[in-house]
Amino acid sequence: MSDATKMPESSKKPDKLQEIEEATIRFAGDSGDGIQLTGMQFTRTTAIAGNDLSTLPDYPAEIRAPAGTLPGISGFQIHFGGGDILTPGDAPDVLVAMNPAALKGNLKDLKPGGFLIVNTDSFTPQNLAKAACAADPLKDGSLSGYRVLRVELSRLTGLALQGLDLTKVQAERSKNFFALGMMYWLFDRPLDPTLRWIAEKFKKSAVLVEANQRALKAGNAYAETTEIFNAHYTVKKAALSPGIYRNITGNEAAALGMVAASVLSGIELWYGSYPITPASDVLHELSKHKNFGVRTFQAEDEIAAIGSAIGASFGGKLGATGTSGPGLALKSEAIGYAVMLELPLVILDVQRSGPSTGMPTKTEQADLLQALYGRHGECPVPVLASATPADCFGMVLEAFRIAVKYMTPVVLLSDGYLANGSEPWRIPGMGELPRFSRPPIPSADRFKPYARDSETLARPWVSPGNAGYEHRIGGIEKADVTGNVSYDPDNHERMTRLRAAKVAQVAREIPKSQIQGPSSGKLLVVGWGSTYGSITQAVRRCQAQGLSVSSLHLRYLNPLPPDLGEILGCFERVLVPEINLGQLVKMIRSRYLVDAKGFNCVRGQPLKAADVEEAVEDILNNGGARG
Amino acid sequence: MAETIPSTPAGAPAKPVLARKDFVSDQMVRWCPGCGDYAILATVQKLLPSLGLSRENHVFISGIGCSSRFPYYMNTFGMHTIHGRAPTFATGLKASRPELMVWVVTGDGDGLSIGGNHLIHALRRNVDLKILLFNNKIYGLTKGQTSPTSEVGKKTKSTPFGSVDYPINPLSLALAAEATFVARAIDTDLASLGHVLERAARHKGSSFVEILQNCIVFNDGAWADVSEKSTREEHNLFLEHGKPMIFGKDKNKGLRLKGLDPEIVEFDSGKPPADLLVHDEKAPSTALAHLLANIGRPDFPVPQGVFRAVERPTLEDLIEGQVAAARQARPADLTALLRGAEGETWVVS
Repeated sequence: MSDATKMPESSKKPDKLQEIEEATIRFAGDSGDGIQLTGMQFTRTTAIAGNDLSTLPDYPAEIRAPAGTLPGISGFQIHFGGGDILTPGDAPDVLVAMNPAALKGNLKDLKPGGFLIVNTDSFTPQNLAKAACAADPLKDGSLSGYRVLRVELSRLTGLALQGLDLTKVQAERSKNFFALGMMYWLFDRPLDPTLRWIAEKFKKSAVLVEANQRALKAGNAYAETTEIFNAHYTVKKAALSPGIYRNITGNEAAALGMVAASVLSGIELWYGSYPITPASDVLHELSKHKNFGVRTFQAEDEIAAIGSAIGASFGGKLGATGTSGPGLALKSEAIGYAVMLELPLVILDVQRSGPSTGMPTKTEQADLLQALYGRHGECPVPVLASATPADCFGMVLEAFRIAVKYMTPVVLLSDGYLANGSEPWRIPGMGELPRFSRPPIPSADRFKPYARDSETLARPWVSPGNAGYEHRIGGIEKADVTGNVSYDPDNHERMTRLRAAKVAQVAREIPKSQIQGPSSGKLLVVGWGSTYGSITQAVRRCQAQGLSVSSLHLRYLNPLPPDLGEILGCFERVLVPEINLGQLVKMIRSRYLVDAKGFNCVRGQPLKAADVEEAVEDILNNGGARG
Repeated sequence: MAETIPSTPAGAPAKPVLARKDFVSDQMVRWCPGCGDYAILATVQKLLPSLGLSRENHVFISGIGCSSRFPYYMNTFGMHTIHGRAPTFATGLKASRPELMVWVVTGDGDGLSIGGNHLIHALRRNVDLKILLFNNKIYGLTKGQTSPTSEVGKKTKSTPFGSVDYPINPLSLALAAEATFVARAIDTDLASLGHVLERAARHKGSSFVEILQNCIVFNDGAWADVSEKSTREEHNLFLEHGKPMIFGKDKNKGLRLKGLDPEIVEFDSGKPPADLLVHDEKAPSTALAHLLANIGRPDFPVPQGVFRAVERPTLEDLIEGQVAAARQARPADLTALLRGAEGETWVVS
């Protein structure tokens, strides 16, 4: 919620439903507490209830860090409402803290006056010590600025499950459903979707179905009958455009986009990948869809993953690989090879905090320059970036379309936030999806491996098995047209420029840039990738204040949109917010000789809309003195 | 033994009979005069017509090194790839286009040093690749550095005081990866090289062939002890499945076990003792093949021929099996896929 009036402290009767525009809630607990599952259930129910939403799962890299400690905290934030929800929310209105560590690690983000639901049973001396709390925050007055609801979650869950054949420890595991039941009452959500989900998920154990369903209902009844909240809230359905919707994460959308690319082009997909956070879910998802002729291959390493995809592409298949920054680094020689071969290939980079192992489960946008320039030699490839989780679907399709049409590897940038974050997605009808196909090949007697299409400059894609087209390709410089080995200086110059010109040709097809706001003014905020939501929200708020600011979001990073230079020239100042130390801003400054300023955060978290808003205000009111 | 070569479908017009020249490309061969690679190239070009598969269905894939120029000289499809990674490209191609016959040409540096990881994984997956590793115990293309098969103490440009690295035994490595076909041949022994390559080609699954190859410029004579015609019979043991292990010009020496180790026994020609080791290339265990891989000059002859030839499902057959089963179980309905599981969607009107 953007302002405090939306969820008022109420003196009305507690059972009175109050309508609010939007809310942000965060579940936090041990990574073994089922926090992600709880958050996903709340998300699913909220999606089905018809709200717009955006989620941010935030979990540690350790599978099970020592219970009760700060490194073991797992969080899940969801922002939902009846309007256009663009971000997972800067600060939660409600925080559910399952233990002292979760409270300590998350309290600083909770809005002043926000709801804080704590599991008091977990505030034992041992747990306080594990969370390095000098004093018990439930007793030392440090929570006085919040509406604190002290709930004996463990004991109450145990009571609700009395009579079931479960140990005390087993019974306590259902406490997340008790907390979820409370949240469902607070936000007037139906229990049915989760009750049905529990029945399916735990169908192998009748006692677990009973336990979790009972805990959910008990939490819901507890919130209602004890009047622990002094109000509860309903959120209007969002005014989404008509259609069939589902909730989707960026990784799911990317995987479905790959299957769709295969169906729409009629070319089978080969996806070679090596497990790496946060990209592995794309492999997991694709491996389920062999009925579409999808072949997935868990390679022995990142290089083998891309190698297999290039081999499949030579064989006439849609070759793709997915990875994160460290893997992209390992693949760079093979990407250069694919540039030389001029074969279609899609490389999905789900960026994470770096360098090196960095913070694998945390997001960042710092691979842009690696994607653009991280190879030896003159080695241009088209680079695209998804703006939102659902946008990964369309951008994957676009990446394949370009790869096949121009016979080139294409890098598509996603990131940890897009990968695991989710939003409602209007499922496109078959007729709305772009179709593309393998370009026709010349007759065998006219075939030259490196003869080019006059429009796209693409060479013909001819795979083994075609009689009369036998030819050899390789990483050594190719003679123009014939593709034979050539060390001729003039030929190398010509081929280097041809490869660059081919990638530059893609610009002709980039749609006209959509500026949010007036097409000229004092300030243009330019972003790319997952900062789309934060920047758009911040700029809308600034526009509502009457500031002369517009925003522009880039999905094409190489080549850049042909109208970008002209647009930049229509604004006095340019601000480029990024989750890195300034990468797009370098490109804009060098390419267009514009004095663009960066706004940069590298905290492993999505950019906060409020921070962008402040940066815009600063540049417009103080000339950017702060930055 | 299962055949890997696709036969002409019944009723299809007979294909023209191909000859060696049909597999010779128009590119000038640029190996050093006297290089062992020439003999291997000629043997492969001679072999291919006999396999009955047309040119467009053969793909030669190589890494980097002298041996890796091989694809340019074959009038088939080919990929000259990046250093050490040939098995990765070959795996993606073969597993997505199982009807093709995919050859990998590599060397001791390419296949055992920078590409060692890919080699063992291709072999353990049993991808139906024909992997020819030219072993000359030296880096040739980079002009004479120690290789993973160079002997300890070998003086090269990068090891002027002698190599301190213990060498890899290529066949032991392949056997440790449970390769289903493991063989060795000498570049200049054309008859047995041709025989081994044909066996490799007809094997269904990963075939690994170590070819002892002479680098005339940087490591001339590295295999002279086994390749010289005058001593070939004495210094090599030519393996034959089901036959006792007998060698020597007069066929008067054999191998038998003493405890867990082999020993040489001499006998009157034509009267071998009953306890000689009998070669079994189909043994499920790799023990005998390991024993043979681990012996060599000067104490023993160098075994040549097929060490191991067993059957195991190939990667591409297993993948195709899963794809076929999935297709039978569920239609490829994109609309249904995009909508996801039941109960997960809602309608906005």
